Parts: sequence; C-alpha cells; structure tokens
Amino acid sequence: MVEAVPGLRSKRRRASGLAGLAAAVGPEAIGLAVALIAVIAIFSVFSPRFLTRATFDSAAFQLPELGLLTLAMLMPIISGGLNLSVTFTANICGLTLAWVFHAYGGMDAGPMVFLVGSLAALCVGAATGLVMGMVIAFTGAHPILVSLSMMIFVRGLGEFLTRGGDISGFPDFIRPIGHGTLLGIPIPMLILIAAFVVWHVMMSRGRLGFGTYMIGSNIEATRYSGVNTKRVLVMIYVLSGVMCGIAGIIMLARFNSVRVGHGEAYLLITVLACFLGGVNPFGGFGRVTSVFLALVILQVLSSGLNLLGANQHLATAMWGILLIAVMVLRWASARFGFFGRGGSGEG
Amino acid sequence: MTNGIADDVPAATPPILSLRNVSVTFGGVKALQEVSFEVLPGEVQCIAGENGSGKSTLIKVITGVYRPEPGNDFAVGGKTVDAMTPAQARAAGFQVIWQDLSLFNEMTVAENIAIEAVLGAVPRRVDHAAMRRTATAVLERLGMQLDIDAPLGGFGVAQRQIVAIARALVREARVIFMDEPTSSLTRQETLLLLDIVRTLSESGIAVVFVSHRLAEVLEISTRVTVLRDGHLVGVYPTKDMTQTRLAELMTGKTLNQAVTARDVGDAVPVLSVSGLTRQGEYKDVSFAIHKGETLGLTGLLGAGRTELALSIFGMARPDSGEIAIDGVPVKLRSNRDAIRVGVGYVSEDRLSLGLIQQQSIADNLVVTVLDRILEAGLISPRKQQRLVATWIGNLAIKVGAPDDPVTTLSGGNQQRVAIAKWLATEPKLLILDCPTVGVDVGARAGIFEIVRQLAAEGLAILLISDEVPEVYFNSDRVLHMKSGSIVGEYDPRRVSLAELERAVYA
Amino acid sequence: MRSLTRKLRASPTESWLLGLLVVISVALSFAAPEYLTFANLFNLLNTSSVNLIFAVGLLVVLISGGIDISFAVAASVVQYVVATILIDAGGGGWVSGVLLAAAVGIALGAVNAIFIYGFGIISIVVTIATFNIFFGLLMFVTHGVSIYALPEWWTHRTVLLSFQQANGLWADLTLPVLIMAIGVAATFVLVRHTTTGRQLYAFGDNPEGARRLGINIAAMHFIPYCWLGMMAGIGGLAQVHYTQEVVPNALIGRELDVLAAVVLGGARLGGGRGSVLGCVLGVFLVSVTQNGLNLLGISPYAFKMIIGAIILVAITLSSEQLTRMLSVRRRTADQHG
Repeated sequence: MVEAVPGLRSKRRRASGLAGLAAAVGPEAIGLAVALIAVIAIFSVFSPRFLTRATFDSAAFQLPELGLLTLAMLMPIISGGLNLSVTFTANICGLTLAWVFHAYGGMDAGPMVFLVGSLAALCVGAATGLVMGMVIAFTGAHPILVSLSMMIFVRGLGEFLTRGGDISGFPDFIRPIGHGTLLGIPIPMLILIAAFVVWHVMMSRGRLGFGTYMIGSNIEATRYSGVNTKRVLVMIYVLSGVMCGIAGIIMLARFNSVRVGHGEAYLLITVLACFLGGVNPFGGFGRVTSVFLALVILQVLSSGLNLLGANQHLATAMWGILLIAVMVLRWASARFGFFGRGGSGEG
Repeated sequence: MTNGIADDVPAATPPILSLRNVSVTFGGVKALQEVSFEVLPGEVQCIAGENGSGKSTLIKVITGVYRPEPGNDFAVGGKTVDAMTPAQARAAGFQVIWQDLSLFNEMTVAENIAIEAVLGAVPRRVDHAAMRRTATAVLERLGMQLDIDAPLGGFGVAQRQIVAIARALVREARVIFMDEPTSSLTRQETLLLLDIVRTLSESGIAVVFVSHRLAEVLEISTRVTVLRDGHLVGVYPTKDMTQTRLAELMTGKTLNQAVTARDVGDAVPVLSVSGLTRQGEYKDVSFAIHKGETLGLTGLLGAGRTELALSIFGMARPDSGEIAIDGVPVKLRSNRDAIRVGVGYVSEDRLSLGLIQQQSIADNLVVTVLDRILEAGLISPRKQQRLVATWIGNLAIKVGAPDDPVTTLSGGNQQRVAIAKWLATEPKLLILDCPTVGVDVGARAGIFEIVRQLAAEGLAILLISDEVPEVYFNSDRVLHMKSGSIVGEYDPRRVSLAELERAVYA
Repeated sequence: MRSLTRKLRASPTESWLLGLLVVISVALSFAAPEYLTFANLFNLLNTSSVNLIFAVGLLVVLISGGIDISFAVAASVVQYVVATILIDAGGGGWVSGVLLAAAVGIALGAVNAIFIYGFGIISIVVTIATFNIFFGLLMFVTHGVSIYALPEWWTHRTVLLSFQQANGLWADLTLPVLIMAIGVAATFVLVRHTTTGRQLYAFGDNPEGARRLGINIAAMHFIPYCWLGMMAGIGGLAQVHYTQEVVPNALIGRELDVLAAVVLGGARLGGGRGSVLGCVLGVFLVSVTQNGLNLLGISPYAFKMIIGAIILVAITLSSEQLTRMLSVRRRTADQHG
C-alpha cells in the first residue's frame, strides 16, 4: 500500500550550517516555524494585548499539561498505534497523588508525602501502560480498542472513587509547581522542556526510539531482525503512562484539585499536535522537535482565541476543523508533491 | 495427454488467444516490443522472464488494463478484436489469479468461490443456498473437497489457491493466469495443484503461469514463452529444457559456471544438527556445517527447508533433536538467542520480512547491531555512518544516499543490504534462504561472489534454494531434502549437474 | 437443529455471548429476584433500544473496516435540528420526523465519508475531528439550552404492550422498542441478505481484493457512514421520546459504550467481521450487567469501570494471536506420508 516516500529523509543527517540544521530538525520544521510567526503576527494585529508578558505567561503555564499529554501520545502513534486513554490516565494518576495526600495529613502533609504520592502516581500511570502494552504486544489486539477500553475503565474507576466530584485539600507547598517560576520561566514549563529534551534524545538516539520507528513501519521485519518487539511495545506504553502521570501531577498542582474529566478536551489536540508536527498517522516517522513546534503553534492559537474572547465552543469546533485541514494539506502535499508540510503523506 | 495438451485437441484448433506484434510504451520506455503470444485450449504454458521483461505488461494487455499500440493483431477464439477492455477480457474468460490471491479470509469458502453472485452496483437479495450449490458443484468438478461453510482464514495456502481457481472457474475462465503459484507450497500441495491443472486442461481450460522461478517453470508447464527486455525471445517446449539454458535465454548471457566445491577442515563443526524433528514440517534431520563451508540445501518446491532454517534461527522450536554451535548444544528460545550465538538469517521474503522497506538503508543496516554503535548508551550517528559506509563499500551496494528508503534500490542491491545487515553481526553461520528471489539472473552472480568471499574468510553458510544449479555451483556439499527428510548428500565434484537435477526431480 | 448447531459452531463469539448472557441471567435471577420479572425485562428492552439502534448502525461501519465516534453527537444535532424545524413547521408527525431525522443523519454521515474517502484520512482521526466540530457548533448554536416544548406526537408515551404484574407493578413495552426492532431487522437484511452488505464484508476484509473485483469503493465508504448517520438520527428521535426533552449534550459519551458493546459482539476494528446477532447480544450483555448492578445496589459509578475491564478481557481472550497459538500448524497436518 505504501510506495517509496518522496522527499523523506531519516532522522539523522550530517550536513553543515543552516542546511545541516534544517536537515536535523526536518523539512517540516521550516514550514511550522513560518506558520508560528504568521500566527503570532496575525494575533498581534487583532489584539494589542497579545504580545505581552501576561499572554506569554499564561500560555507558558497552560502549555505543559497539553505538551506532556502529547508526549504520551507520540510514541504510540509512531509505533503504529494510538493511546486514547491519556487524559483519563492523567486524571487517575492525579487521583493517586490526591489519595496519598489525604491519607497522610491532607493539607498538613509534608514534602515527603508529596514525593511518595508522586511516585505512586507515576507507578499507576506506568501500570496502565504496562497492561495496555502487554495486551497489544502479546495478543496483537488493536491499540485503538485496547486504549479505548483502558480509557473506559480508568474513567469509570476514577468516577467511582470520586463520585464525579472535585477532590481538593492539598498543602500549599505544591503551589509553586503549578504556579511558580524559576529564573522567570514557569516551573511546569521547565518540566515540559526537560521532558521534551529527554524524549528528543530518546527518539533520535536511543535504542528504544529506533525500535519504535522500525516497529511502526513493519513490526514483523523488525522482529526478524532480532529486536525484542514485545518488550519495546510494552515500554512504549509504559512510558506513555508515566508521561500521563507527570501531566496529572502538574494538573493537580495547577488547579489545586483533581476532577475526573479534566483535560478531556486535550485528547483531540494531542493528536492534532502530532499530525501537525509531521508524524505519520500510520507510524514509522515523526520528529519530536517538529511536534514541539506544532504544540507551540496550537497553544498560541488557543491563547490568542482566548484573548479575543472567542466562544469556547466555537474554539472546540475550530480544533476539529484544523485537524481535518492539516490532514487534507498532508494529502495534497503527498498527491501534488509540494514539500514542507509534513512530507510523509500516505495514499 | 501429451505435452500437457489434451489429446483430443486437434493440432489445427484455433488458439483461445493470439497476439501478434504487440507493443506498449510507457513514458518513453518500451515495455513490450512486437511481442507475439498465443494460448491453445487446454495447454499449460509459462511466461518466463526477469523483472522488467514485460511479463506483467503482457498480462495487463490481455486483460484489458493496458491498450497496445495500433498495428497489432489481437485475436480471441479465432476472431480479431481491436483491443481489450476489462469487461471484454472478463467475457472472453481471461482471469488472473494474483499472488496474494485476493480472497476474503472472514468469508466462507462458498462465498469466496461464488463471490460473483454478490457483485454489482444495484443491491439484490443474496441467495446463500445457490452460492453453496455453485461452490459444491465447482469443487466437485475439480475433484476437491473442502468444508464450504468454514471461513477461509483457517485454510493454508494450497487450499486457498484451490478456492481461487474455483472462483476463476465460476467466473467462466477459459484462460487462467497465475502468478508464481507454487512459491509457498509443499511438495504434496504442488502435486495437488498439478492435478487440478490437469483437470482444467482436460476440459479445455488453459493455464498460464507467470514466473521467473526456473524450477517452477520447468516442472509445471509444457511450453514456455521467454521474454527479455520487452522482446520475445522464443517459445520452447519444456521437456528438454534445463534451468541453465532457460536462465541463459532469460538473460541473454551465457553463464559460465564452475564448480566451486572444495574440501573444508574436519574441525568441530560450526553448526551441527542431530535428529531435529518438528511435527508436520521436517523429520529426523541431521547434518553439520564446518568453518568456511557452504552447505547447499535443495529440494522440490517446499519440502520443509525454510521451516528447518527458522528452527536453526530460533524462531520455530523443534519438537525434538539437538542444535549445537561450535560443539555446544544450544536452546534457542527466540531469534535473539540465535543471533547471540552467531546465527544470521537472510529471509526469503525481502519485501515484508527481510527488510523494512520504508525506512532508510542506513537504518536497515544497523537494526541488527544497535549495541555495536552505541556511545554512552546512545546510538552514535558517527559510528552508524562508519558502519554503513563500510558495508556499502564491502558489498559494493549501489545507493543514491544512505538515507534513502530501501525501496529505492533494485532487487539485487536490496538483497545486498539484507545480507550486509547480518554480516554486521559477525555471525559464525549465515543462512541464506533463496537469496536470489526477485533478483535478476544477471545480478545473481554478484551475490554469489560475495558468498564465496565470505566462505573464504571462514564464514559457514547454509545456502537454501529451489534452483538446483544455484546450489550446485556455489556449495561445497549439497543436501537434498524431500518431504521433510534429508534423502541424499552430493559432492558437486563427483556428481554432474544433470545427475543432481535428475535426483531432485525424480 | 443440525443447521443451528452448525451455525453456532461457525460463530464462536455469538455462542460465547449467549452462554455468558444465560449464565449472568441465571445468577442474577437468584441474587436479585426482581430481575426475572416482566416489568424489569421490559424495562431492560426499553432502555437498551436507543443503544441498539446506534449499535447496528456502528456495526455496518466496523464491518467495512472503519470506525466512527461522532455518531452520538450527530444524533444530538439531529434531535435539535428536527425539533427546531418541526416546531416551526407546526408539529409534524412520526413520518415527517423519521424522514427528516434520517435525512439529516445521512448528511452528517456523508461528511465523514467525504473526508475518509476523498482525502484518504483514517476514520478515527476524521471522526474525532467531526465529533468536536459537531459538538462545538451544536453547543455554540444552542448555548446549551434544552428544548422542552416538543410536539405531542413525539413525547406522548406510546406503549406497545402493557400489563400489570401480580405484585402490582406495570410491565410496559414502549415505542422505541418497535423502532429498534425495525432498525435491527433492516440492518440484518442489509448485511446478511443483500449483495451490498456482502460487498461491505469483502471490502472490510480485503480492500484491494474488493477493488480488483470491481466493487465500487466510493459506495463502500458512503453506505456505512450514511447508514450509521441514519440510525443515529432515528435513535436520537427515540431517545427524545424517552426523555421528553432535547438536551444538547445528553448523548455525549454514549459512543464509547456502544462501541464497546459492538466490539464485545464480535465486530473488530480491522473490518470484515461482525453480525447483527452478536451486536444484539453485546448490547444486552452490557445492559444486563448494568441492570444487575443496579438491582444489586452497586454504585452506578462502578458500572463504567466494570465494562471497561470486561472489554479489555474480552479482546484479550478473543485475539487472533491467541487462537493462532492454540491451533498451530493446521496447514501442514498430515502432509508427509
């Protein structure tokens, strides 16, 4: 079904200068950078308050949740699957932290409790990933279905535990994690950047990343080549779950409460960010750096619309339209061969 | 029946299909140049040619997918036609069975066979009972028995092929074109297929195989039309044809082949296999391969060779018997274990198992040796580049750029990449499973040069192939495998190629 | 009888489900005596109807190899559009209501089909997008406001069958059950007894093979999504009949429950598989479980959790690799004499 992909270059290239930089981050990055500048320019024209510190701050505080969830979505997509449970897994991880807090002092809990709770939250995330990964790896079940059922289960579990309500009552010291800054940069943003750096290194230079790309293109051939594909698949979903855990912790810190369903709307946007960033919907190709750029564009869009007072529901519809538009553009670029817009189109 | 043509067909019977001086050009490339081709009722013919010889273009002209240039003679059943459309081809009874068979696994056998009944744009009621009757009738006609209510997915390749043929019959085929039909069949299944072909032939239906597998061509058909570079080389009876001569006709080159067998030491064998048995696949297999030795393994189509290879490569655990590497018995739980003890396996199926087609050449080359290109736990692009350059040089692989996807390479170069990626693991034993499938006969010599060089450097090689000359000229010893057992061992220096071919085809 | 056992043997999933349903029902009839009463069972039928209408629509999409999670929102859109138009037009009736609902539903389904077929975008991505587009636009236009003043014919509780039990409770079978029966029967005829339906199975199973046979690929995309759209629209109508009001976001989230039930019933994401019987059994399994949990006094919040776990277990157990591992080497049995 897939013929040779025109214009495709691998993730690693050794050229020098600007050409080298372009090759390193990918052809789509140029287009994305241009789009980012265009979007910023347009919003600055329409709203004088756009290019201000306040806007940047609010965007920088909002982006991390979305960014971490996008990272959780990224590897499964590149491996040829999907993880539809990211938002509710993040919720349940947040719930885990909340539960640990409540069990050990509530608002008077100490930092140690926070540490243990966070660890527990990450473990819960990893556990959901482990279950999904194992089912997908060992039974060959469709990742969409597996992650969908996990999503239903985790959501149900969360609603069961919280009776659908908000859980709050956390100590004050966690506030900086959600609202503090270090050297002028919001702490959640620092965490996101760190996560992205780790992901970038892992995908472009790590064995796990390499295996992920290969599996996304052809899992059987990868297995024949001596890669432990089952282990790689499980790790992909475990890491996805861990990212959800970090996202859940940050959401708890930012809102000082946990509600099952918080961030539900992010699911579409994480998928959108991946495809906008040039990830191939069928797997095998996609660059972390481009996805980061795509995320920034989407966050700027979101902040800009907010500032302009756009109706929240219209914004929801717009995200859907944007997702379709990006996919149509990819189709057109593959069909008619103009590059720059995520060159790995499929027919 | 003589020559595969039913005896009661008088010599002067008009061919079902006759083409003269057919030419097709695509964007400047002449895919077919004044090719003539004819099919007699009830005959079994083969169209043989390398990749790019025009075989599939010819089929597409016959079935109406392509329009030939004017100035050709196209006659169906004695009557001239201008050119074919798919509808006319269908009406004339020309049916193609593609290699993937185009069947539907979830539907029952009956539905697959009688699929004709559910086609058509206007929704109609489906008569399930009638479909079952049709299927039963046509299977009876073929002398076959299958559970028509079972879903197709549970059946093996041979039965699926029968279903495909049955379907073609229901669609009133008069000429059935089949694309390399025996590539996944065992001996038994091949005989079954030949039985069916004979039945078809006796009722006047012609079967035309399209192939470049020399063994298949000679065994199955009675006449072979050889194409080369879009030209017709000639039409020959296969009775007295040899694989070597056929290869020469297909490539236009006389292949000077000399026996390369030599003595190898008697030291502890790199691989020794004893009493290996896997139910339904192979039985009581024992042999040894020494350092620097190339052991050929051949047999008729099927016979359990790939299954055996997979067991040695750790992917299919034998039920009993022992595998030893360098004299040490090993338990292989997966191919990773096999790779660890020094076994490499170049798969027969380069497109979906041997290489990851959409990924780059550079990445395909290192996927087996990721731990050798690490620096501080991460993949080092520099080390990867060096490794890739080394192997591209060593095996003289013609690439545009190492970052190009593997699909951009020719069959022969792709195979070199597939071999290189295993050589990079520094194996003690390399298993080559039909290494020249899909590689033009002309490019094969290059691959075997590599093989000989490797053997000279001390690598033990298990060379599996259908093509007897291939193993004969490139191995130190040849094992003949039949229906899962080793039935003979031959030294190419003491036995002639003709004798070996006779033994294999007996 | 022999053909029945033959059918059961050929359809392991349906047999399993039937067996499971029987086992659960038996267990429930002991644990919760109210279960096996007409009142309860009729109620079960009533409350399953809307989901079943959605489910048979979704089944056709899954058979063709696609997936659609936008149909519940589409149903809400149809409810709103039909209500608005008919109230303006002076009321209408069941005929105009159903026709209008079907038409709007088909149009919404066609939107999905256009992007999936015309631009080659995978169905999960398209329907995630249309979900958000439909929902966003619906909420924007309606401001989240429900419509209470609906035409009489729509909300008047029509009872098909009704009688009073010994214990004084009334067992009522309502209109949506009839609509459901028609929808299920129509889908059954479509997938099992029409050439179009069989072509859908073929296409879902092997799209390239279907193309080679000359099957119209555009039709293979439009028919499933439009059929689901039509069912969504009609199901939306039925749901309003129950709730007696049009609430824009009432159906959101249903899509996953329905998908879960259909998959439980044997349809799979890869296409080519699934049956109406399996679908019905899947939906009832989910309904019976929920009913049982209700009767046993277990928190409704536990329900989703249990369903998710059931699906996970079900797809694990029914996976191909598992069955392949167990029926290994079938092809080469008795090959070598």
